[in-house]
Amino acid sequence: MNKSSVAYIVSAATLVVAVWLGVSIGTVKIPIQTLWDGTDQKLTNILWKIRMPRVVLAGLVGASLAIAGAAFQGLLKNPLADPYTLGVSSGASVGAVMTLFFSISIPFLGSFTLPVFSMIGAALTMFLVLGFARLVDRAMRMETIILTGIIFGAFLGSVLSLMIALTGEELRQVIGWLLGSVSMRGWSYTMMILPFVCIGSMLLWLNRRELNAMLFGEERAIHLGVNVKQRKFMILIGGSILTGSAVAVSGTIGFVGLVVPHMTRLMWGADHRHLLTLSFMNGASLLIICDLVARTIISPSELPVGVITAFIGAPVFAYIFYRQRRRGAM
Amino acid sequence: MLKVQNLSGGYDGKPIVKSVSFEVKKGEILGILGPNGSGKSTLLKLISGILKPTTGQVEIDGLLSTAYSAKAFARKVAVLPQLHAHAFSHSVWETVALGRYPHQSGLFSSWSAEDERAVRAAMESSGITHYENQPIELLSGGEQQRVFVAQAIAQEAPILLLDEPTNHLDIAHQQQLLNMIQKEACEKDLTVISIFHDINLAALYCDRLLLMNNGEVEQIGKPQEVIQEQAIEFVYEANVKMQAHPARPKPQITLMSPEMNSKEKSIVTKQDFTISNQQVVLQTHIPLKTLSSAVHNAGIGWYKTFINRHVDQHYNASDVPSEMANYLKEHSFSLSETVGMMTAALTENVEIETYEASFGSVVIAVTAGLGNAVDVSEVYKRNDDFTIGTVNTWIIINGYLQEEAFIQAVVTATEAKTKAFQVENVKDPITDTIATGTSTDSILIAATQKGESLPYAGPITPLGKRIAEGVYECTIRAIRTYKKNRGEMT
Repeated sequence: MNKSSVAYIVSAATLVVAVWLGVSIGTVKIPIQTLWDGTDQKLTNILWKIRMPRVVLAGLVGASLAIAGAAFQGLLKNPLADPYTLGVSSGASVGAVMTLFFSISIPFLGSFTLPVFSMIGAALTMFLVLGFARLVDRAMRMETIILTGIIFGAFLGSVLSLMIALTGEELRQVIGWLLGSVSMRGWSYTMMILPFVCIGSMLLWLNRRELNAMLFGEERAIHLGVNVKQRKFMILIGGSILTGSAVAVSGTIGFVGLVVPHMTRLMWGADHRHLLTLSFMNGASLLIICDLVARTIISPSELPVGVITAFIGAPVFAYIFYRQRRRGAM
Repeated sequence: MLKVQNLSGGYDGKPIVKSVSFEVKKGEILGILGPNGSGKSTLLKLISGILKPTTGQVEIDGLLSTAYSAKAFARKVAVLPQLHAHAFSHSVWETVALGRYPHQSGLFSSWSAEDERAVRAAMESSGITHYENQPIELLSGGEQQRVFVAQAIAQEAPILLLDEPTNHLDIAHQQQLLNMIQKEACEKDLTVISIFHDINLAALYCDRLLLMNNGEVEQIGKPQEVIQEQAIEFVYEANVKMQAHPARPKPQITLMSPEMNSKEKSIVTKQDFTISNQQVVLQTHIPLKTLSSAVHNAGIGWYKTFINRHVDQHYNASDVPSEMANYLKEHSFSLSETVGMMTAALTENVEIETYEASFGSVVIAVTAGLGNAVDVSEVYKRNDDFTIGTVNTWIIINGYLQEEAFIQAVVTATEAKTKAFQVENVKDPITDTIATGTSTDSILIAATQKGESLPYAGPITPLGKRIAEGVYECTIRAIRTYKKNRGEMT
């Protein structure tokens, strides 16, 4: 059996275990037979109406952020890039909060208005950040991109605070949401982002070989026959769709897009033909587990899941940065 | 195959390449040379489509390069980039496999048997099969560059563009890499265009060279047409000398360093010789440019110690050069700085004389014995074995000799020696005719290469006169001494 088959089997098994842990553990413990034995109405309700939607949503959000992170890192050849560090998550938040703030509802879009505006926010921020970074430093060095992401993230964060301060009570709940959480969302949210997760992931997956080529630089990719302009646009749009949809339902959850691709790469290599799919699965597993920890660690209260991911992610970020600089210094 | 017409372009509207035109035929290797900033890389980027030309066009197989799609272009032209660091690491196999990208199509395009074959073959010919699973970042620069060559080969494009492929590689890896590219190009009839930093490598491996200066074509043609001292000195603003490659019909250039005023004594005199019954040794303070037919360090080179060693007339070693090297080692002479000769004549009878001249002076040293005297015009009648020669002529010149002067010095000295044999009535004992020399006479011309430049050493030039006079006199004296010792003098 070759290495990539092992990688898929291990990742899939991890995901199954994570899902099961996610639905079974909690204030009420749910035994495995509840899945098919619906006689205990109360347990079945908890499983299908409360736990499962939450786990599935956490999985979709984690998967979206992770695959987007993997693609951004490959595209920018920047191991520190992810939707959060690039400021794209903040852009998506602003898009989402604006929708609520101005009570925007576009008839044609219906319930998709929120994720669509979130995606637009993500995409706009993305192009602004990259455009500005290129303006500052044509070589688009790692630090330049991350610094630009921080500048835009900070600015957009203050825009968010301003909007929240200007509104009444009902938007104050948004603060909790902004910290990143997948709690009490129900199936409707899952359905709201599912199509976007599929489209975004597909856009990235179609560019798996192009991403491999672009790891060697855009010039090299052109030499290998990649239509770089078109492919780059596809990847950025795909990443924005994924980030936007994730943020629309769960707020800004940092570092998932950084940690997961990095770990996956360490274990299974940097080949995007596998890295994208594996990051998708592992991202789902990680966020499901993080969410489980977030709601059980100080039970009966809950922590926003963003706290847990930042707790793991920030040290990993520091470690990657350290390693890159050391390598650069040698 | 590839036709560049009136191509101009650069960055941010600043033209770097200015209306360059040339054509490359199928199977040809074209080297692009030029100083830093002359537009070599920009030209390559214009050809490979990284930069948009402001004027002009590139034609590939009769079609404009802009008419090709990205993938179709990559099926025609493969590019080998300069080495640089990567943020993430692919394995060797994955890297080579990327070369198949332009041959794959469709959304779910999968890996075909044809792809697999091309990648295997490319790794095979680049000699990287044994580390196909290693991450490329763990490989040395030379090995990494081979991986990228394999990637370009796997691309199976008939045109290969290289940007300083040997940058940062040591000479062994430079040679390996260029040999490999040359072999590939030859076997598959590839058209190669490569930028070179190293003029000598370019001359050695390319069929034609294009010399760029300030974004324009300064010269294009065969290496021997392009590599000319004057053109290279003008374009590179460097001080160089040109010479032939020792084994290939290609020109090579050498950098000249400015001469420092050395505090060492640079004039060679009679006093620098030490004579014993074992050997004659000349030890100079500066290395002399030497042309000799010695046993050790023959040919052209720069040496400081010169030995004429006495051996018995019946000296017989199975491996003369290594026996000589051992002798030098035993007597603590530097093998790399010493020229070693042998003579059957008695070294204590060496004749040494200094001859003053307008340009400096010439010191002549001759050892002579007549045991194996030979008449060259009658040698076809003889069939004896190799015997150690006896007449060794050294001509040390305090002056600057050009190459032709070295050769003429040999001719002049030989004529003077032969005249001395004639005057002294030395006979070939077997044919009983006047001898012209002995069986294996040796000659050594060494010059300090300081002072006035002497282009000629024919008999009527100032240098030739001194050589002729000196060699004639010294040889006669040496012959007479020899005869006296043998009791032949009447």
